[in-house]
Amino acid sequence: MASISGKPPFKETNRVIVKSETFASIDDSVNKPIETAPFKTPLWWWIGFFMAASLLGVYLVTITMLITKGIGIFGNNQPVAWGFPIINFVWWIGIGHAGTLISAALLLFRQPWRTSINRAAEAMTIFAVVCAGLYPILHLGRPWVFYWLAPYPNTFGLFPQFRSPLDWDLFAISTYASVSILFWYIGLVPDFATLRDRARNTFMQWFYSLLSLGWNGSAKAWQRYMRAYLILAALSFPLVLSVHSTIAMDFAVGQLPGWNNTIMPPYFVAGAVFAGFAMVNILAIPLRKAFGLERLITYRHIDNSSKLMLATGMIVVYGYAVELFMAWYSGVEFERYMAFNRVLGTDHGWAFALLIFCNLIAIQPLWSKRVRQNMTMVFIISIIVSIGMWLERYVIVVVTLTKDFLPGSWGDYVATFWDYSMYLGSFGLFFTLWFLFIRLLPSIATSEMKELQHHDSHHGSDYYEEQRAEEFSKKGLPV
Amino acid sequence: MSEAANLYGVVAKFGSPETILAAAQQTKDAGYENIEAYTPFYIEGLDDNLGHAPTRLGWVVLMMGITGLLTGFFIQYWSNAVFYPLNIGGKPLNSWPNFIVITFECTVLFSAFTAGLFMLGRNGLPRPYHPIFNTPGFEDATRDKFFLCIESKDENFELEKVKSFLSGLNPEDVAEVDY
Repeated sequence: MASISGKPPFKETNRVIVKSETFASIDDSVNKPIETAPFKTPLWWWIGFFMAASLLGVYLVTITMLITKGIGIFGNNQPVAWGFPIINFVWWIGIGHAGTLISAALLLFRQPWRTSINRAAEAMTIFAVVCAGLYPILHLGRPWVFYWLAPYPNTFGLFPQFRSPLDWDLFAISTYASVSILFWYIGLVPDFATLRDRARNTFMQWFYSLLSLGWNGSAKAWQRYMRAYLILAALSFPLVLSVHSTIAMDFAVGQLPGWNNTIMPPYFVAGAVFAGFAMVNILAIPLRKAFGLERLITYRHIDNSSKLMLATGMIVVYGYAVELFMAWYSGVEFERYMAFNRVLGTDHGWAFALLIFCNLIAIQPLWSKRVRQNMTMVFIISIIVSIGMWLERYVIVVVTLTKDFLPGSWGDYVATFWDYSMYLGSFGLFFTLWFLFIRLLPSIATSEMKELQHHDSHHGSDYYEEQRAEEFSKKGLPV
Repeated sequence: MSEAANLYGVVAKFGSPETILAAAQQTKDAGYENIEAYTPFYIEGLDDNLGHAPTRLGWVVLMMGITGLLTGFFIQYWSNAVFYPLNIGGKPLNSWPNFIVITFECTVLFSAFTAGLFMLGRNGLPRPYHPIFNTPGFEDATRDKFFLCIESKDENFELEKVKSFLSGLNPEDVAEVDY
């Protein structure tokens, strides 16, 4: 993939932002790719967009089939009534959580490296939540009456059953989706103003003017803006923990062996962050190359996000160990059988073995700095982690449901063609939105980057950076 | 030369965050009150230097957060315990631990939208036109230039004095801006 920014080749760095960057150069490197005329859009974008849009077509065909024929086209049946739709729902929403953690939690912890990846990560969050949110709705059977889950005065005189985690889900996910979109949009407003002021044709000027709402960057406006941004971050952080905890409680509140565990909420959150950082790496590594953003998304970002991936991955593995221990320690024969069946079962034992490979063994190389600084390695490991996290949900859902209590009610689960086509199709939805995003909106928050550059020039930890540089050059890594 | 009645203010352009911070402080110290700075990003301390009062946004969010909390809880309590009592697994009708998740989500929903929309509203957005946009070269206010405006409605506003004062702050440019 050729760089379209037309900059000379660049030496990789481990600083949060390259020292020589100016406010204007940040602006230019982020906004140039967006301002390219439509017919000059690089070929790789068209290829990616075309592939994504084709998969989106598969998704639409699947939904048409689903609505016309009903959910009988899926492999869901007794005893496995929760098949691919729930597995994929949990997988997608988990991916989304890393974006919120990067933009909210790392802001509260004053981690300057969040700044150049928060916009793209938040976009990833929103698109992943869109993909996730459609699954439970579509597998309702009658998706067009999904609003029955919401409390509203109706002619039936009925209200939802608020003690059910499935209704908690509705509130958690709709709040999460709308607050994420708000947070993202508020962050975009000053950047839309920048694009409005850079616009060289009437269409772009109008387009970005409307989106910027007339932002003029007055000191008073910035004061309120920063306060609102901080509050939104402080609200989003617990929100994201609550969302995945709620999803974990969909399982944990049920009394099935393997689900009824108190460790589920924290372990699900760790798993979500794990999968999410993997997806951040999968998206950020090609993005920085393709758009020539290596000066803004540096090795430092990929390195840190890989470290977080390793840490949360180990928490997840600890969760597996505790689940197995608790199954034995509980003394409940169904729990013990589930644990045995999960690890050594002949029908789905392969999934657990593969899961351990993906989530435990494959991430171990990340202990080495040399691996974390190798983009190809990080990219490959991130893909393996994404597969591993999908398998985790497969193991949790399918192994428990196929063999729960009485052998007389055991059964098997086989996904159908439409299960797979819907999963593939949801990638189409995600990547179509992603390609439109990187083409039309600034994928790095320029106003925040300028603030970071200003901050760095005054409070930059040059001493620390020099130490780091020395240590790195000893090991032959880019400084 | 514009008529005084049609004049929005005099605007000076600066090249760096440091210069505008100093200029804002000096302008406030000189006794001007209707002053405002326009910058491409948030500059810490600039609102202080201009004499802007702290924002009350946090209090508004707190109030709305409490409203959201009560709304979230009472909609569940009222519908599941009063309006349409549901006996689920023999639990008490007002089984409040089960209501916590939705109560929390409503709190977050109300507070977050208050923070976002109240901020936009108080900033007067959406607002397609603002006289400051008439400043020559104002496109750079979202790029790498920093503008300081003394508005004509200020009590001490005298065109020539203001112009010479701003010129004395070492700006890149000084311009009169009309409505």
